[in-house]
Amino acid sequence: MTPPRLLDIRGLTITLPQRDRRITAVSGVDLEVERGEILGLVGESGSGKSLSMLAVLGLLPRSAKVGGSVRLDGEEILGAPERRLRKLRGKRVGMVFQDPMTALDPVMTVGAQLIETLRIHEPGLSRSLARRRAIDLLGQVAIAAPEQRIDQYPHEFSGGMRQRVVIAMAIANDPELLIADEPTTALDVTIQAQIVELLERLRRERNLGLVLITHDLGLIAGLADKVTILYSGAIVERGPVFDIFANSHHPYTRGLLRAMPGAEAEGERLVAIPGTPPSPASRPEGCPFHPRCRLAVPRCSAEAPAFRWFGQSMAACHLAEEAARMELRETAHGV
Amino acid sequence: MSRQELALALPPGRPARRWRARWMSVPVLCGLAVVAAWLIVGLTVHLWAPYDPVMLAGRRLQPPSAAHWLGTDALGRDVLVRTLYGVRYSLPIAAAVLAVAVAIGCALGAVAGFFGTLVDGIIMRLADITLSFPPMLLAMAIAASLGPGLVNAGLAMVIVWWPIYARLMRAQVLSIRALDHVEAAVAGGAKPGRVLIKHIVPLCWSPILVNATIDVGQVVLLIAGLSFIGLGAKPPTPEWGQMIAEGASSFYHWWIATGPGVAIFSLSLAFSFIGDGIRDLLDPRTMQE
Repeated sequence: MTPPRLLDIRGLTITLPQRDRRITAVSGVDLEVERGEILGLVGESGSGKSLSMLAVLGLLPRSAKVGGSVRLDGEEILGAPERRLRKLRGKRVGMVFQDPMTALDPVMTVGAQLIETLRIHEPGLSRSLARRRAIDLLGQVAIAAPEQRIDQYPHEFSGGMRQRVVIAMAIANDPELLIADEPTTALDVTIQAQIVELLERLRRERNLGLVLITHDLGLIAGLADKVTILYSGAIVERGPVFDIFANSHHPYTRGLLRAMPGAEAEGERLVAIPGTPPSPASRPEGCPFHPRCRLAVPRCSAEAPAFRWFGQSMAACHLAEEAARMELRETAHGV
Repeated sequence: MSRQELALALPPGRPARRWRARWMSVPVLCGLAVVAAWLIVGLTVHLWAPYDPVMLAGRRLQPPSAAHWLGTDALGRDVLVRTLYGVRYSLPIAAAVLAVAVAIGCALGAVAGFFGTLVDGIIMRLADITLSFPPMLLAMAIAASLGPGLVNAGLAMVIVWWPIYARLMRAQVLSIRALDHVEAAVAGGAKPGRVLIKHIVPLCWSPILVNATIDVGQVVLLIAGLSFIGLGAKPPTPEWGQMIAEGASSFYHWWIATGPGVAIFSLSLAFSFIGDGIRDLLDPRTMQE
């Protein structure tokens, strides 16, 4: 028998109340992460990527109704009692937040926060031992002179250094799974590279499973093993990173790739996807992407596309074959 | 000399530091001086006052003179000495009332804001009901039903005052609760109570502190008000409101009410000014010069 997957999400559906009705924010999302594997989760704001990850931590608002299944090491998380969830947060699943400027408590020293994080899950841990472990953690995330820096406040750290502290807190209790919600978005480019390197090293050393939420496709290409693309609360395409980037079968993915700046497009305009994503309250019939899709045919607005396999990846599009032939590089005026 | 030459002629480095921080404006310094003076008086007045506050000091109803700087009252007691002794009642009571009101209000407000739903509803409706009465009227009603006396007046004040802090604290908790570091603490597995006490409450203090400082003056005033209508201190206690009540009955002897009047005025105004100063001190926008 194969051991259960580290993270196995099946048919996750989340509905939220809005005034007098419920809107479906996430519908039928499947995600799997193995140990030592990095899953890239891509999508525009409001596509449901962060909400799906909050479900893993059991941190959805009380008003949310959740369907499907979220298993961590084979153990069902949805509907688990709060006591069990608390044992799992930070201990088995670590979370790295987007903005390191606000993710640390401004009135506690970095050391006090790390020590608190350690002692939440190990109440018997002595202060001095926790302190030594905290210093060790700061060293692991490559903060110089951790013995001195441990007694400083977050405002004495730069943005990149703070993100390292945030990561140190996330890995403090040796979680198996790390969720990084846009960990580099708030940082400048050189620092981004360092943080990426750090995450990659931690994955290697600790055999961590990592869910990387981002809209930076470059980051996904450089770091992730496989990628899942969400649009309007549902998966549109998923597969190994190489297949998706080299040969994607969904017009939305194609559009994202074309909208990404790259060296070969120098001097050319980037091609934007026209329109805006639909609000979950007024999702179009059929394929949710069809109003913005260049390939749309009448069938797209009538019938929601099912997933089809294309080699190692799968995409939900009626016109996947045509999409795969779409030019990746076109000038904007040529469209 | 051009501007450039001038800049070169000046020694390099930071400009000279001001002798006082920006938040210490003249009114704030005055306020601090007045409060400090009253504190010293309150602590030492029994050592140097020439008369006893409740004993006969001279002839009755004497206007201000060299022997009695603020004259004497209807029973021949020295008005100035009584006024100075008065701070021994007003200030400690105001401080105690506020300490209790802030403690109760903040605890209830924090719980209401953090846990929400039913608890929030119950606590905040209770606060709304209390706040819907004019404060003086409610304090009068409570003090009257408890029976006159300074302790009961203080108790009445606490009941009138806690909802202000409950509301303030609730609003603070609601805004701090939405910050990322709170979510991070929850995602790290911290229990709700711990999140509230360690990660939310320590960030809520600045408006509470400012409000409480300004309110010291208000409480001094209201306590005097209760005593004035006979619901606070009982004679012969040298309490300011009580003294004004005595002076008000003999209007032509203006000095009897003047001493305590000026005392209440100075203390209330001083705390108002200090409160303003603290607000500027805690406001990050005034920190950069």
